[in-house]
Amino acid sequence: MIQAILVFNNHGKPRLVRFYQRFPEEIQQQIVRETFHLVLKRDDNICNFLEGGSLIGGSDYKLIYRHYATLYFVFCVDSSESELGILDLIQVFVETLDKCFENVCELDLIFHMDKVHYILQEVVMGGMVLETNMNEIVAQIEAQNRLEKSEGQGLG
Amino acid sequence: MVVPSLKLQDLIEEIRGARTQAQEREVIQKECAHIRASFRDGDPMLRHQQLAKLLYVHMLGYPAHFGQMECLKLIASSRFTDKRVGYLGAMLLLDERHDAHLLITNSIKNDLSQGIQPVQGLALCTLSTMGSAEMCRDLATEVEKLLLQPSPYVRKKAILTAVHMIRKVPELSNVFLPPCAKLLHERHHGILLGTVTLITELCERSPEALRHFRKVVPQLAQILQTLVTTGYSTEHSISGVNDPFLQVQILHLLRILGRNHEESSETMNDLLAQVATNTDTSRNAGNAVLFETVLTIMDIRSTAGLRVLAVNILGRFLHNSDRNIRYVALTSLLRLVQSDHSAVQRHRPTVVECLQETDASLSRRALELSLALVNGSNVRAMMQELQAFLESCPPDLRADCASGILLAAERFAPTKRWHIDTILHVLTTAGTHVRDDAVANLTQLIGGAQELHAYSVRRLYNALAEDISQQPLVQVAAWCIGEYGDLLLEGNFEEIEPLQVEEEEVLALLEKVLQSHMSLPATRGYALTALMKLSTRLRGDNNRIRQVVSIYGSCLDMELQQRAVEYDTLFRKYDHMRAAILEKMPLVERGGPQVDEEAKERKEAAQLSEVAPAPTESQASQLLDLLDLLDGASGNAQHPPLLDPSPGGALVHLLDLPCAPPPPAPIPDLKVFEREGVQLNLSFIRSPENPALLLIIITATNSSESDVTHFICQAAVPKSLQLQLQAPSGNTVPARGGLPITQLFRILNPNKAPLRLKLRLTYNHFGQSVQEIFEVNNLPVESWQ
Repeated sequence: MIQAILVFNNHGKPRLVRFYQRFPEEIQQQIVRETFHLVLKRDDNICNFLEGGSLIGGSDYKLIYRHYATLYFVFCVDSSESELGILDLIQVFVETLDKCFENVCELDLIFHMDKVHYILQEVVMGGMVLETNMNEIVAQIEAQNRLEKSEGQGLG
Repeated sequence: MVVPSLKLQDLIEEIRGARTQAQEREVIQKECAHIRASFRDGDPMLRHQQLAKLLYVHMLGYPAHFGQMECLKLIASSRFTDKRVGYLGAMLLLDERHDAHLLITNSIKNDLSQGIQPVQGLALCTLSTMGSAEMCRDLATEVEKLLLQPSPYVRKKAILTAVHMIRKVPELSNVFLPPCAKLLHERHHGILLGTVTLITELCERSPEALRHFRKVVPQLAQILQTLVTTGYSTEHSISGVNDPFLQVQILHLLRILGRNHEESSETMNDLLAQVATNTDTSRNAGNAVLFETVLTIMDIRSTAGLRVLAVNILGRFLHNSDRNIRYVALTSLLRLVQSDHSAVQRHRPTVVECLQETDASLSRRALELSLALVNGSNVRAMMQELQAFLESCPPDLRADCASGILLAAERFAPTKRWHIDTILHVLTTAGTHVRDDAVANLTQLIGGAQELHAYSVRRLYNALAEDISQQPLVQVAAWCIGEYGDLLLEGNFEEIEPLQVEEEEVLALLEKVLQSHMSLPATRGYALTALMKLSTRLRGDNNRIRQVVSIYGSCLDMELQQRAVEYDTLFRKYDHMRAAILEKMPLVERGGPQVDEEAKERKEAAQLSEVAPAPTESQASQLLDLLDLLDGASGNAQHPPLLDPSPGGALVHLLDLPCAPPPPAPIPDLKVFEREGVQLNLSFIRSPENPALLLIIITATNSSESDVTHFICQAAVPKSLQLQLQAPSGNTVPARGGLPITQLFRILNPNKAPLRLKLRLTYNHFGQSVQEIFEVNNLPVESWQ
C-alpha cells in the first residue's frame, strides 16, 4: 500500500502533498520536512530507495523517489509494494502530467495544484494503483475538463 | 471597503512574491479572512474558487479547518465544478475524527446511485480515501451495485473502493467475495488490476477465502501467460513489457495462493520458469517482473531446479551496474536467507563486497545480509570483514553493526579467547554504540574463562591506558583490574610483550578514571570498587587507596558517596573482614536471578557498618512527585530508575529466569494495562531461599497497527518496601506483535508488608503521546505473604 505521495522542489517547498493514511496536520508538515531532508542528502547516482524516516510508519516502510530537474517525487510505501514497480509508477505519473500539461514544468504544478490532484486521482486511489494506461487517464481528464468548461465557470 | 478577492493564480503569485516567511503569512492571513467572509455571504458560484485557494494554503501548512463545512456544501451542489473541488477538500481536510465527515455520506450515496460517471468516480475516490467504518457499512450496497455497471471506468474504481471497505469493515468480505470470479473474466486491464488486488486482500484476511480462490489459479496463470506472450502492445506497454503492473500483481497473488500448497504450486511451475527465462531485463519494467517471479518461486513449493535458477538470478543481479537492481537483489536475498540458507551462502563473497558501497541504503542492506550469513564455518573470515566495516561505516549503522557482531560472536565463537578479543575490538572501535548488556556479557565471559584471566586483564589494562573515554570498555576494564589486579602485576604472559606494570601505575589509572569528566557515574562506581578490591590484591600499603576512599566520602554524587563511606568504614572498623568480603567473585550463573555483585558486597558492608543508606534525592524525588505517592511522605525508589542501569543485570537472560532455581509454585501473571492494542503484563518470581526478594518482570506488547516509541515505565511502592528498577530492554515496541519490551523490578519486602504498586507509563502511539498513571489492582497475595 502507498502511504503518501509527496512532491517538493529542491528547496523543500511542497508542490503536492497527498496522504493515504490519516495524520494530524502538524505531523503532515513534519513528515514533508523530514522527507525533504532525508532525500536531499542523497547524491544523484545512488539508488532511489531510502529506509523511511521515523515519523511516517515504522520499519516496514520505505521511501522511493525520483528526481526530475527541480522536483522530487517521493512515494512512501510498505513492503507489499514492488520497489521497481513503484519506480515505474512514478514515471507513469510524470509522463501523464507531461501529456496533460504539455511539457510540464514546476510552474505548472505550482499554479495548477488542484489539476495535479485530479490527475493523480486517476492513477492512485486509496493508496492502491488504479490505472497505468496513460491514454485512458488523459482521456478521462480531458472529458472532465470539458465538463467543467461547459458549466460556464472556468477553473478559479 | 470591499477588496475583490484574488483568483487562485493571483494568490499564488502574491505568495511567491513574498520575500520573507512573515510576509507570506501576512498575505495568506489576509486572504483567509476574505475566504471566510466569502463563505459566509459571498457568491455561491465562486465558492469553489475560494475553497481551491484554501486547499493551496493548506498544503503550505496553514490552518484550513474552517473550510470543512464548505466542502459539504460544494459536494451537495449539482455542478461538477463544485463537486470536484468539494470532494478534493473532503479528502484533504476531513477524516474520521471529525464528526462532520459523516454528513457527506448522504451526498455520496446520491452521487453513487444517480450521478454521471465522473461524479461517481469522485464519490468512489473520496470514499476509498477517507471513508470511515460507519460510512462503509452504509454505502456497501451502492458500491456492490457499481461492480456490475457497464462502464469500466466506474467498475475499476468500485473494486478498489471495495478493498478499502473490507479493510475498514472485515465482515464486508462476504459481500465482495462472490463477484470476484466473474470480474476475472473481464479484459479491461484496470478492472483486472483492481480485481487481483481485491482477491489478494480477501485471501490475506481469511483462510477460507484463500482456499476458495485457489481454484482460480489456472485462470490467473492464463491471464499472465497471455500478457507475457503477447509481445509489444501500445496500450499497456511500459518499455516493451506488456502491463508490468498487472503482471507483478498477479505474480504476488500466485505467491499467496501457492504457498504451502503442492497442487497450486505445480500448476504454476512451468509458467514461472517461462517468465523467469523470457522476460526482457534490459529495462526496469522487465526487472520488476523478474524480481516478483523470483520471490514467488522461492515462496511456493517449486521444484529444486527452479529454486536454483531463482537464486542464481538474484546472484547475477548483485553484479548489475544499476544500483536499484543491487538494492532489490540484496533485499530479496535477505528474505530468502532463512529458508534457503545454503543457496544464499554461495553469494557471500559478493555480498561482503557490497559492504564497501558508498550508498548508505545499499551498505545497510549488505550489513543485514552479511550478519545473517555468519555461521560456524565462516565466522572468523566474516568477523574480520565486519570489524573492518565497523571502523569505517557511517555513524547511523554503527550501533547495528556493533550489536550484530557481538551477537554473532556469541553464537559462533570458535574459542573463548577469540570471543574476548572480538568483544574488546568492538568496544574499542565503537564503544559508545554498544548496548547496555555488553558490559555484563563481557564480565560474565571473562569471569568464566579462568585460563584467560591474566590475558584479559592485561589486554584491558593496555586498552584502558590508551583511552578512558569509551564507557563500556572502561567499565569492563575497571572491573577486571579490580578482580584480577594481582595477575596483572605478575607480568608473565605469552604472546604479549612482557611489560612490568607497577602498582602505582594501576592505582593512578583507576584514579584517573574516577576523576575524569568523561566518566559516567556508573563508571565511577566501577572504578571505586575496583580500587577497593585492589587493597587486598596488591602488596603495598593501602594508604593511597584509603585516601581516595575517604575523599569520595564527601562526593556530591549520592551513589559514590555511599560506596565511599561504606568502604571507609570497612577500613576503619572491620578491617579484619575486609579480605573475606573483597575476595574474588564466584562465577555468576547466567539465567539465574541476576544478583548484582556490586550491590551484594555493599549490602554486606552496609549491614556491618550500620550506616543508614543515604536517601537518594533529585531524580528519585522527581519520580515521587509525579507519582503522588501511596504512603505520603517519601516512598522508596532505591536507585533512580532508568538513569543508572544496574551493572550486572543482563535482561536478555532474565527470560530464562525460572530455570535456576525454579520457584515452588509459580505466581500467576497479571495483565495490568491495555489501551489500543498496547498491553502490559506483570510476571512475579519469588525464591524460597530469599523470601524477602520479589522480582517483577513487566512485559509491554503491541498488537496494534502503529509502533510504540519512547516507552518509559516508572514505578512506586509503599515506604516500607524497597524498589529497584533495572534498565529496560529497549523503548520501542514494533506494531503487529513486534518484539516486546521487558523490564525488571526488584522489590525487597523483609517485613512481608502488603504489596502495592503504582505505575506511570509514557509513550508515543499513533502519532500521539500517551501518559497513564494507575495503581495495580489484584496483586496476588503470594507476591508478598
